[in-house]
Amino acid sequence: MRLGNLHRALLALLLPALLATGCVSEPGAGSTDGASGDEIRVGVLHSLSGTMAISEVTVRDAELLAVEELNAAGGVLGKKLVPVVEDGASDWPTFAEKAQKLISQDRVAAVFGGWTSASRKAMLPVFERNKALLWYPVQYEGLESSPYIFYTGATTNQQIVPALDYLASQGKKRMFLVGSDYVFPRTANKIIKAYAAAKGIEVLGEEYTPLGHTEYSTLVNKISDARPDAVFNTLNGDSNVAFFKQLRGSGITAGTTPVVSVSVAEEEVRGIGPENIAGHLVAWNYYQTTRTPANESFVKAFKAKYGADKVTSDPMEAGYNAVKLWAEAVKKAGTAEVEAVRQASGGIALDAPEGRTTIHGDNQHVAKTARIGVVQPDGQIREVWASDGPIEPDPYLKGYDWASGLS
Amino acid sequence: MAALANQLPIGLSIAAVLLLIALGLTFTFGQMGVVNMAHGEFIMVGAYTAYLLQGAVGGQSLLVALPVAFAVAGLLGLLLEWSLIRRFYGRPLDTLLLTWGVSLVLQQLARDVFGAPNVQVTAPAWLVGGVDVLGVRLPHNRVFITALAALCVLGVGLYLAKLPQGRRMRAVVQNRELAACSGIATGRVDRSTFLLGSGLAGVAGVALTLVGPVGPGLGTFYIVDAFLVVVAGGLGRLRGAVLAALALGFLNGYLEFWTDASLAKVLVFVAVIAFLQIRPQGMVALRGRSLG
Repeated sequence: MRLGNLHRALLALLLPALLATGCVSEPGAGSTDGASGDEIRVGVLHSLSGTMAISEVTVRDAELLAVEELNAAGGVLGKKLVPVVEDGASDWPTFAEKAQKLISQDRVAAVFGGWTSASRKAMLPVFERNKALLWYPVQYEGLESSPYIFYTGATTNQQIVPALDYLASQGKKRMFLVGSDYVFPRTANKIIKAYAAAKGIEVLGEEYTPLGHTEYSTLVNKISDARPDAVFNTLNGDSNVAFFKQLRGSGITAGTTPVVSVSVAEEEVRGIGPENIAGHLVAWNYYQTTRTPANESFVKAFKAKYGADKVTSDPMEAGYNAVKLWAEAVKKAGTAEVEAVRQASGGIALDAPEGRTTIHGDNQHVAKTARIGVVQPDGQIREVWASDGPIEPDPYLKGYDWASGLS
Repeated sequence: MAALANQLPIGLSIAAVLLLIALGLTFTFGQMGVVNMAHGEFIMVGAYTAYLLQGAVGGQSLLVALPVAFAVAGLLGLLLEWSLIRRFYGRPLDTLLLTWGVSLVLQQLARDVFGAPNVQVTAPAWLVGGVDVLGVRLPHNRVFITALAALCVLGVGLYLAKLPQGRRMRAVVQNRELAACSGIATGRVDRSTFLLGSGLAGVAGVALTLVGPVGPGLGTFYIVDAFLVVVAGGLGRLRGAVLAALALGFLNGYLEFWTDASLAKVLVFVAVIAFLQIRPQGMVALRGRSLG
């Protein structure tokens, strides 16, 4: 066999990819209200293909449901919402490119999109340069507050810190950290280590695996060897399936060593197999089982639109909320124009499926209730602990002494 | 230290997974020079076959799924060879792009049919849990995969050594022109090779449902490792694939134990590149007289 040919072939395959990453779209005209006649266009930008499609498709579905509900109720300011859906293709430069397209070509009033922090970081300069709005619906690592992004998922003090508090209250003193190798897990673990150092919790190990990694036997062996009280899991995407399947045969059980996951929701539990993860803990702000009137109708509407076998999850709910919160801000501002919406957004509240959630005017995050849940054998998540009401967002953890060295 | 001893069976089981995913590729790539980027998607087809059979058969569906997945993935491979690849022989660059395209089409097809989220294949009860042997923990599913890989190697070895079809396949691997001159219908051998190679990918897919995600992206996680094993082992050589899988499995297991997963991956790649500089033909070279 002619290896020379193979090398040339591989090069030919890689070249277009390299060229594509070098492409940067031209900045378009300034801000816009996306309105033309009796319509307001909004952008929906998630990965519909590639490794992140597994998660992001469901968020798109929830956002489109919210748009549909708003239209059924007469639209916003009497205008019909027209969603423009684009595919970020699990590729961060593509997210930036498509965001630019939505802003300058489709002239949308707002974009709802992104999942990974890498995609958000790629889109951030595009939105700031064009003075356009991004609504980002996923829990993330904090330490960010762009004037042109609204964060409807949890920041660290609404998810990771409460989860650590919960573990500490359960007497878990020795922890093992497992994460995917990119910005969210590394930043999250930095925060966890600062917390642990201040509260006398021992961190026995900190391990990262590449995104899409599927071989966890060595890592599981390291965990068994370290004998921690709990494992803090910031793995993302398909790796969670491999991790939990391989953890199960190792003799580590939820009873002695619970794994706390912050990126595993109802949808992921189905892919992992409930029997492989039952008994382990997750930390979110919303579960399909959360008992609020708004959630009852959300779950019902979602199943009616997409099928009775579908589940709802935290990022889906946050995406759904993002659309509803934006609509409320537009109504208050009396226009979909970006700066007016930003001005009007502070204090906007919504009785969301997760309970009452309010936009914080300064950092453009939302107040959310933290919830710790246990995965059930049927794939649903049962809440075992919730914070006393919504926690104010604190993306830079300014209210926590132990976090002073982080930001 | 117990953990260090634990790494021995882990290295072996990583090797078993690598071997299963690479076994089929070593023939399609080795014999026909087809850089089959869609090999990973045949693995995916096997995994989804296991998923579908679980609904139809229930409890012990995994055992039923092994032969069925072999047939389904094999026939799909046959179809691909017959409809497209045979028109592209001798053009490795074109087959690479062609099969890359086929792999994207199959991924999207899976996404449309089964949905983007992962699906779940429930392991039968006897594959859950593990057993302690001399203080070393052996998960049942890993033991099963290792046994399955050994069985596949044994089967393929017997096929190549004892059956006339297998001997014809070896003849074509060693010297296509001479084999054709001796009256071997190389076109038919190519088709049966593709059937076998793709079928083995299907079997690997069923096994991987025990340890990994089952979704449209499944193939993309394993395709690079599969090529790594084939290239390091030597093209079209069963013994080479086995040796390379074992070497990479243990290397991966111990390097990850001493460092971390990302670094181990880098080191393994570096090791393979360095090895190929010294021995471009791979561990087990094909002895032939052709100049190619």
